[in-house]
Amino acid sequence: MNELLDLSLVDWSRAQFALTAMYHWLFVPLTLGITFILAIMETIYVKTGNPEWKKITKFWMKVFGINFAIGVATGIILEFEFGTNWSTYSWFVGDIFGAPLAIEGIMAFFMESTFIAVMFFGWEKVSKRFHLVSTWLTALGANLSALWILVANGWMQFPVGMQFNPDTARNEMVNFWDVFLSPVATSKFLHTIFSGFELASIFVIGISAWYILKKREVIFARKSILVSAVFGLISSVFVIGFGHFSTQQVAYHQPMKLAAMEGLYQGKNGPGLIAMGVLSTKQSDPEYKQLKNFLFRVEIPRGLSLLAYFNTTQFMPGIKDLLNGNSEHNILSAPEKIVRGKEAIQLLKDYKMALDNGNADEATQLRAKFMSDDFQKNYFKYFGYGYLKSPTDLIPSIPMVFYSFRIMVMLGTYFVFFFLFAFLWVTRGTLDKKKWFLRLAIITMPLAYIASMSGWTLAEVGRQPWVIQDLLPTVAAVSHINASAVQVTFWLFAFVFTLLLIAEVKIMAKQIKIGPKDGGH
Amino acid sequence: MSYLTLQHYWWAIISLLAALLVFLMFVQGGQTLIYRLGKTSNERTMIVNALGRKWEFTFTTLVTFGGALFASFPLFYSTSFGGAYWAWMALLFAFIIQAVSYEFRSRPSNFLGKRTFDVFLFVNGLLGTVLLGVVVGTFFNGANFSVSNMNLSQWENPAHGLEAVLTFSNVALGLAIFFLARVLSLLYFMNSIDHETIFRNAKKQLLYNTIPFLVFFLYFVVRLLLIKGFAYDPKTFEVSMEPYKYLHNFLQMPVVLIIFLVGVVGVLWGIISSLLKDKTNGIWYAGIGTVLTIFALMLVAGYNNTCCYPSNFDLQSSLTIVNSSSSKYTLTVMSYVSLMLPFVLAYIWYAWKAINREKITESEITGEGEGHVY
Repeated sequence: MNELLDLSLVDWSRAQFALTAMYHWLFVPLTLGITFILAIMETIYVKTGNPEWKKITKFWMKVFGINFAIGVATGIILEFEFGTNWSTYSWFVGDIFGAPLAIEGIMAFFMESTFIAVMFFGWEKVSKRFHLVSTWLTALGANLSALWILVANGWMQFPVGMQFNPDTARNEMVNFWDVFLSPVATSKFLHTIFSGFELASIFVIGISAWYILKKREVIFARKSILVSAVFGLISSVFVIGFGHFSTQQVAYHQPMKLAAMEGLYQGKNGPGLIAMGVLSTKQSDPEYKQLKNFLFRVEIPRGLSLLAYFNTTQFMPGIKDLLNGNSEHNILSAPEKIVRGKEAIQLLKDYKMALDNGNADEATQLRAKFMSDDFQKNYFKYFGYGYLKSPTDLIPSIPMVFYSFRIMVMLGTYFVFFFLFAFLWVTRGTLDKKKWFLRLAIITMPLAYIASMSGWTLAEVGRQPWVIQDLLPTVAAVSHINASAVQVTFWLFAFVFTLLLIAEVKIMAKQIKIGPKDGGH
Repeated sequence: MSYLTLQHYWWAIISLLAALLVFLMFVQGGQTLIYRLGKTSNERTMIVNALGRKWEFTFTTLVTFGGALFASFPLFYSTSFGGAYWAWMALLFAFIIQAVSYEFRSRPSNFLGKRTFDVFLFVNGLLGTVLLGVVVGTFFNGANFSVSNMNLSQWENPAHGLEAVLTFSNVALGLAIFFLARVLSLLYFMNSIDHETIFRNAKKQLLYNTIPFLVFFLYFVVRLLLIKGFAYDPKTFEVSMEPYKYLHNFLQMPVVLIIFLVGVVGVLWGIISSLLKDKTNGIWYAGIGTVLTIFALMLVAGYNNTCCYPSNFDLQSSLTIVNSSSSKYTLTVMSYVSLMLPFVLAYIWYAWKAINREKITESEITGEGEGHVY
């Protein structure tokens, strides 16, 4: 919608949003998971009446409190940046995208903030049962907020349940349930929250392993590991299951993202899955400089076809098919899509011009043409392509997408075994002797964050150049402000967030050092 | 419900959220009084803890206000946030530094020092209230933007929102909200902290803050009743300047006028009863009064064919609740969601009462109990 294609402005706006989102995501997954871990621990305390479990719950609650505050601080910025930096986007899809954000506030944030207060301050003021319910509701509230923002994000990856209205020049929601129950949104939500549960479990196991290595709080640490290993193991199975479901959705709805993450340049029947590979700096094709050769790759024959479609012969388009077109498989070329997108944009402009000039008959005709099934299916469908300058704009950063996917999958697989052995050895009482595993548990903590960040890098970099798949490219979604203004706020955010992160890490480290004994509330 | 009714309904919800937000900004007001009321470290900790149990409500209400505005009036949201960039960014910065300050201030190894986090709380209290008031002032006094035939807005002032502080009436509303937030916080402290010195100091400060509050509030309201307002024709949607528009709105919507007057009386009674007698329940009168007053002011800004976001640059670009709203379908869906609001308010009330059953005491915050202390 935006004719101003100031790349510097777009890049800085993207950088600012990415910076805020990444800082936010440093804290959110721990909140998503540790709230449930707290709820489980407190439930055991209420059931058994054993004060040791109360001490355990309160220690992890303190850790959660330190982490939660900074997650909230970065979260508020994200919500408002949709307006401050992506105002064209806010108008173009606000009718659909705004609703989940509002529901998130009404349904989830209030629940979380209300019961978190009871959880922290209510130990001596409310009954045991009410306190326990509050802890569970805090966990539920935190995860419900994830639900709504991921419904919104899922819709951006696969826009459904809407209709473009030429009179208001925006997309409008026509079916809430299609938006809410979209398979992309569902798989994204479940994959994301379970990955948060995994991260939190790894966090608790890692810290607890440190205590055992230091020969401190050993009983406390073993109990914490037991709860987290079970929780993490169950979650890791779901992460893989819903991750698979998510990948299938990408194959169906975002073929370019899939082709980039699989390094699939030329489409074929039953393509293989690259289990491991290294991209070289040499171009694979003189026409498309983004496509690089592989230095080596380990391929599982027909694996990709099997993974996405449960058969070994499915045709899957490669990047070149998506750019050059493939008539055999009814794939339009990118230049053709761009032409059709431009026609859709021009017809909308002509309609508006006719309205402005008071040509009612002409406006009626143009509107009818715009809304006709043929035009919607064959032209409006490619509306966003009309803003692209070159077909190669459609290729996301292949190395970022390719490697982030593999890092995520490899670490995700490792985590299953990590939880399994943590569970087996803690139940057998042999964990304390396996010093190498305890050290590994500490190293695994940053790996959980890397896996989580890789997932988001794949999801968001992989969908470029789109902010709304096929409908609105990032360059057209940005607010009309000076790039220098965004630069100033970018550096301010970078400075403040980094300062707060340092403070958070130092406080957290000190609190862990103090431990549960002296660190009571 | 008709589309127009839904638009009115959603403006009422936005108004209610704005009203609740202003009331809950007593947290911000209190943050500017920590060192004025608390002379010892323990006293200051008691004050911070009294506020710290409520800051998330204010924060959440601000986030929900933003989300609800985005969902129900997306053109308003995209125009204001994308245009008045600096005003909103300054406001957001003030909120980033608040969120961590409570949790971090008294933790060992907090890197920046307790005093820094207390300064953060002061900055949030000052900027958060004043800037919000300045931005809301533009809902009455107008802003510099235009809207194209594709409904894309363009800010027409290079200051991108900072120009709003050059209109004294906007600043007056900002300062009125700042002093009101302080007044409300003082009433809240008198109600929720069991400490003689803090009570006496709060009572003294109550008078000092009530006077500037009344000056700026009366200036804003009296001027509002006398100025020309941005009216639109409900049939042609042509915008024109109407003398005494906001006075007309009050007179033509007597229910809103009554809400406003009851609200003002409530605020005044809450203050006066606390000043004259040693009452501790002034916060209830003043709190409910604040919600009613701001609710009525917001209704006056958007109802009765008034432009809720007027443009000083191009009169016909002015936004109304009709031309800036979401589609009928979205408003309907959202209306079903809004039915949860009474339930949400009920559980907040219940949880709040459970936590506030006993006043905050010195022994609680010095660690003799097992509560969470900031």
